[in-house]
Amino acid sequence: METRHRILLLDDDPDLLATYGEILKQLPSSPEVHTATSGARALKLLESHEFRLLITDLKMPKMDGLQVLSIVRRRHPELRTVVLTSMVDEQFRSRVYALGVDLYWQKPSSEQEIDSFRECIESLLDRDMRAGFRGVQSKSLVDIVQLECLAQSSSVLRITNGPLIGKLWIGDGQLVDAETDDARGEEAFRKILAWKTGSFETLPAEPNRAQTIFKSYNALLLETAQALDEAHDTTLLNEGSPGQKPTGLKALSTVEGVEFALAAHSDGDEQFEAIGLENSERLNTWTRQTEERFRLLGEQLQAGPLEQVEGLGPQRHVTLATVKNLTLCVGWNAMLAPEDIRERMKKVVILWGS
Amino acid sequence: MGLLNLFSKPAPSTLTRLPTGSFTLDREGEIIVSTVSSTFPVLTVKDIGRRVLDTFREAQEAHLPLAELVIHFGGFKIVARELRGGAIVYLSPKNIITPT
Repeated sequence: METRHRILLLDDDPDLLATYGEILKQLPSSPEVHTATSGARALKLLESHEFRLLITDLKMPKMDGLQVLSIVRRRHPELRTVVLTSMVDEQFRSRVYALGVDLYWQKPSSEQEIDSFRECIESLLDRDMRAGFRGVQSKSLVDIVQLECLAQSSSVLRITNGPLIGKLWIGDGQLVDAETDDARGEEAFRKILAWKTGSFETLPAEPNRAQTIFKSYNALLLETAQALDEAHDTTLLNEGSPGQKPTGLKALSTVEGVEFALAAHSDGDEQFEAIGLENSERLNTWTRQTEERFRLLGEQLQAGPLEQVEGLGPQRHVTLATVKNLTLCVGWNAMLAPEDIRERMKKVVILWGS
Repeated sequence: MGLLNLFSKPAPSTLTRLPTGSFTLDREGEIIVSTVSSTFPVLTVKDIGRRVLDTFREAQEAHLPLAELVIHFGGFKIVARELRGGAIVYLSPKNIITPT
């Protein structure tokens, strides 16, 4: 038997709840709609039942929508979330998206808008929850490239993997060019295809893009897949053997400009690893205190998650970022410009994450 | 009961805008000059300032003197410059159209 999706609708206005409840019940997938008039009630319901989607208003007494979303993000990261509000305010829209919300929707005021709202909600409910590149559908990147090429399309695929961004130019069903951080052409294509997850969007074609890839997409996909398989096998064979590529903090120190690196565990036991440091104990304390201080400030202001802290000093620059339950503190040569540090920090985060 | 409802006000929403503007702090954390809207709680502005000053001070203690701090949140950015124990702090909400 097919299970019905559950939607939780949160608004302090019971009349609006009844109206939107009716609209949602008429969706093709006939979801089960539950309602709550307060954030506290909604959170209780989320604890007791499994929901696929939360639709919330922003402006509510006692606990507003941003507060509810901050809590939901931590406790139920897999839950799809939509904000349905009458507020037309760019700042709130930015803050809502910073919290990882799927959609920010202004309360519909016409039949046409109600239809679009229905379609969007239905599409959100249909989306596959499995890992993959999230765009129009959840597919592997190879599938997406093949689909675009088989359809003889001309487009630009923009692929995002954490802080890394890659682009693939496709013209009349053939790969024309590829670009990511520091690579172009076939090399960039191989790098992008090595990403395991991410999201993609299709941008308008750029017919004047200079061609750097001259192989057919099939040949290139095959070569890349083989290279990835070989690399995977080699990694398995070399695990634990001497002479292998540096890993952990040592790998970070290979990034140009890095003078030291410290990884502080976030589980409260003060454990840390460091490289290139003499006063690592003190810096570990500063790293923990700074991360906690500004993370709490972000929660208090509902300013979205703490992404990064940059410090510029006369002797060294420093960047803090949280990756996989660890706070990384990376020291940089003071001659580097802040923009260069930001770019290089992306590499550090990817290296550490992988 | 319906009559009582006429006199009862709905509870106000807690939703507030993020602060925009700048302020200068002395080494004790007291605000000297501020362009942050007066509708935003002064205590919260002071709290931001205190956190910034503590971070500068503790960095110095860790032998990592800093002249500038940039704190990036998902929807907000704080830039702080050290001023002889005090600091000047810039607050700017991020915007999807023109990200800061």
